[in-house]
Amino acid sequence: MTTHTQVSLPLPVLPEGWSGEKDFKAIGHVSKSTQRSIEPVGPHFLAHARRARHKRTFSEDDRIQAQENAKKVEDDDSGEISEPEDPMMLAREAKDWKGQDHYAVLGISKYRYKATEEQIKRAHRKKVLRHHPDKKAAAGSTEDDSFFKCIQKATEVLLDPVKRRQFDSVDEHADVEPPSKKDAKGDKFYSLWGKVFKSEGRFSKIQPVPKFGDKNSTKEDVDEFYNFFYNFDSWRSFEYQDEDVPDDNENRDQKRHMERKNNNARKKKKTEDSARLRKLVDDAMAGDERIKQFRQQANAAKNKKRLDKEAAEKKAAEDKKAAAENEARDKKEAEEKAKANKEQGKKAKEAAKAAVKKNRRVLKGSVKDANYFVAGDPPAATIDAVLNDVELVQGKVDPDEVAALAGKLQGLKVADEIKGVWAEEVKRLVGAGKLKDGEVKTLV
Amino acid sequence: MSAEEPTTNGAKPGERTAIGISFGNSNSSIAWTTPEDKAEVIANEDGDRQIPSILSYVDGEEYNGQQAKQQLVRNSKNTVAYFRDYLGQDFKSIDPTHSHASAHPQEHNGTIAFTIQDKEEGEPSTVSVSEIATRHFSRLAKSASDFLGKKVTSAVLTTPTNFSEKQKAALIKSANDAGIEVLQLIQEPVSALLAYDARPESKVADKIVVVADLGGTRSDVAVIASRGGMYTILATAHDYEFAGVHLDKVLQDHFAKEFIKWNGIDPRENARSLAKLKLESEATKRALSIGTNANFSVESLAEGIDFTSTINRLRYETIARKVFDGFNRLIEGVVKKADLDVLDIDEVILSGGSSHTPKIASNMSAIFPPTTTVLAPSTTPAAISPSELQARGAALQASLIQEYEAEDIDQSTHPAVTTVKHLTHAIGVLSITGDSAKGVFTPIIAAETAVPARRTIHIATPKEGGDVLVKIVEGGSHIKVTKTEPKPKENGNKDDDSDEDSSDEEPEEQREKVWKVGNVLAEAAIKDVKKGGKVEVMINVAADLSVTVTAREVGGKGGVRGNLAAP
Repeated sequence: MTTHTQVSLPLPVLPEGWSGEKDFKAIGHVSKSTQRSIEPVGPHFLAHARRARHKRTFSEDDRIQAQENAKKVEDDDSGEISEPEDPMMLAREAKDWKGQDHYAVLGISKYRYKATEEQIKRAHRKKVLRHHPDKKAAAGSTEDDSFFKCIQKATEVLLDPVKRRQFDSVDEHADVEPPSKKDAKGDKFYSLWGKVFKSEGRFSKIQPVPKFGDKNSTKEDVDEFYNFFYNFDSWRSFEYQDEDVPDDNENRDQKRHMERKNNNARKKKKTEDSARLRKLVDDAMAGDERIKQFRQQANAAKNKKRLDKEAAEKKAAEDKKAAAENEARDKKEAEEKAKANKEQGKKAKEAAKAAVKKNRRVLKGSVKDANYFVAGDPPAATIDAVLNDVELVQGKVDPDEVAALAGKLQGLKVADEIKGVWAEEVKRLVGAGKLKDGEVKTLV
Repeated sequence: MSAEEPTTNGAKPGERTAIGISFGNSNSSIAWTTPEDKAEVIANEDGDRQIPSILSYVDGEEYNGQQAKQQLVRNSKNTVAYFRDYLGQDFKSIDPTHSHASAHPQEHNGTIAFTIQDKEEGEPSTVSVSEIATRHFSRLAKSASDFLGKKVTSAVLTTPTNFSEKQKAALIKSANDAGIEVLQLIQEPVSALLAYDARPESKVADKIVVVADLGGTRSDVAVIASRGGMYTILATAHDYEFAGVHLDKVLQDHFAKEFIKWNGIDPRENARSLAKLKLESEATKRALSIGTNANFSVESLAEGIDFTSTINRLRYETIARKVFDGFNRLIEGVVKKADLDVLDIDEVILSGGSSHTPKIASNMSAIFPPTTTVLAPSTTPAAISPSELQARGAALQASLIQEYEAEDIDQSTHPAVTTVKHLTHAIGVLSITGDSAKGVFTPIIAAETAVPARRTIHIATPKEGGDVLVKIVEGGSHIKVTKTEPKPKENGNKDDDSDEDSSDEEPEEQREKVWKVGNVLAEAAIKDVKKGGKVEVMINVAADLSVTVTAREVGGKGGVRGNLAAP
């Protein structure tokens, strides 16, 4: 909106008699408008949105923006004003520029590799204003411009991206020493090592560099960090520490020799640097509680599985054992029971046998009591016959019937009654078909 | 992609790495802004800046872009293409035509999904279209991260002007799932316009621009009023019948017929042959945009027969005339829809892949008057490649807003901020031509300017200086048609389709845009102007349409200042 359209057609001459209050006459209004959406895109829209949201008019907004911009410049300017100048540094000679700390010379040693080009330029300007030889001459001191040359050299190195990288590569002031095991304990471990790796990270070709994190970092972050540093892609190089190559044309062999030597030295230093970093990462990892924790967690998870499995197996074995014991017990009990039963059976049998014997005695006794169913002394033949018949009947009936029979005969003394019982018995047996009719004669 | 990964919605403004992504139905591109504030399109690992929006799965491995496109021939079932327009849509409302030769979309749990074999073994899985889009975004973000050396956290995406809120939400979700914070969605035509306007050589001006985005499967045209760098879309049109694939189709048919003539086999009947034919037709079309002759050659097009042929640009333009005419009608139609005339259009921006075709640009030059700039590679050497415009615009927007908090962006894009009154009439001053005393209207603020607006102009005064009158008026434009001598030919009427024969005969009508003086708003007197002095007039229209006029002699002090109340 700063560009103005130029119109070459002239304005009309003020007609005669025209008049207005303060030379202005409002006549009409802007006719109707339409509501439309503007696209929220582009820098001019952002300006519009800013004005609309803060309810500013064009001129207000212009002023505020101008103020903000102006303020920024001032802020930037007041940044790196004064670092004290070391008198030793002021006495430096420009010819041993390789040994000088360029950042310190320009007074921006707190920024180092982080210093922007703008900061370097401004720092240079400031230093020049102070140390220009003409000024010193004006102040009456000697025309000593050696430090001024140092400033020029420092600026030359730092403003050339290639040379600056070479210097940054060997800028030991920006290194952070790895902490000792004693220092790095507890939460300090993370802050101390974090600083180390932050400074190491400046050599990475890949930016941003993952952070070391703290004790609450996730496993992914920690893994990413260590993977990153184990596969570190460094731009660090060691040309800066080369020995000077003589550039006279006379001694070409010498020159080549020096170049070879330098190249080898660079390679060697680079390898050493890689090894150094690797060791650094190893050290950090060895002391890293998080790694141990993650391993424990992983182990715990794995062990949990194994323990679960073992517990399950143990339980299964116990169950099996218990089942076997129960079975054995049951078996034993059953056996004992069977044995007892058997013994009891045996006793019963014996008792029965005894009873049978007794009953038989009763039966035989009964016929004897009945005097073998004869009057007077019974002849031996009759006794035999009767006893034979008794034996016969006894043989035909089972022990229960013998018992029943014995019960009936017990106590009977009268021969007729006894004979009646025997006859009834024989009759029953004949009826049951166990005896043939007429087989037992003496008892009927 | 996974659930445990936190969405980067909380990325701090200072730590963002923002890019612009143009996610098209056929092709996508990614762009970033260089430290010199120049937008540049990033090439992916294959070296493509136009990355086909296609994903293909072979033995569980994912292919993307051009490599996936090749799989359309051999592995069409496991290749997902043309899926952008399915995002956030119902199955009922999608047009699956373009996916016919690749994985078919299907309804799944109320969304659209594809069944593809995306793992090495096991059953084919059903993958929703939003998941496919997420995978595509991840690939794009990875390509960009590899190029930039920093992980991409945020992006500005472009959308067609007719994307519904639902579609936009689905798009944002897919991008978020891929770990990309969506800073803003911007309209595709506006993005293309921004890409041109952000060039250092371009000036902030009041102009009306037609942005024709002729893509692969669809054409979108928008008329945009660009007023002091603020854009208002006046009209849009969308067309699915005239697009890049239809140009391919023309070539396909042409070569298929030729093949039939030689071999008696129709390669369009076999899906694989058709896929080969399609791919090579597209390549031929691209070649014809660059050279005047192009080869068409396919190994084993059908039944093991190789086929080689050539075509020249003229022949192509003849057989594709129907499609080109379709583009013309579409663009003319949208100008009409915006209640404008071709004479009102100051600039035509051709965007989208099909816009590389020289014939389309020359057609535009024919439709629009010579005062209109047609920004296409074949007409303007300094033009930006049409297929890169949207991504570049998005990248520029991303670099503009990446420093803002997400909340700030939301507030700034809120309708309360974006919906404003627009002037229906131009506001200007009356000046005189050399001899007549009659006023000539000179616009200061053009119609369709969003208020609040402020413009300043410098106007010459009569040679002798003295007192002058500044008369602020509204003006309307209309098209004046002057009939020239009628020619003794009957076929000369403007209504006829005169495109093909307009080159050899002059149009009978001279059309020009003239201003009509409307309402007088205010008058001011500037007294005692020096000889050869100039008068500066500043008009400031506030949001409520009240007007402040300041007029003074350039270099002079004080001046006249007056207010007009709001209507």
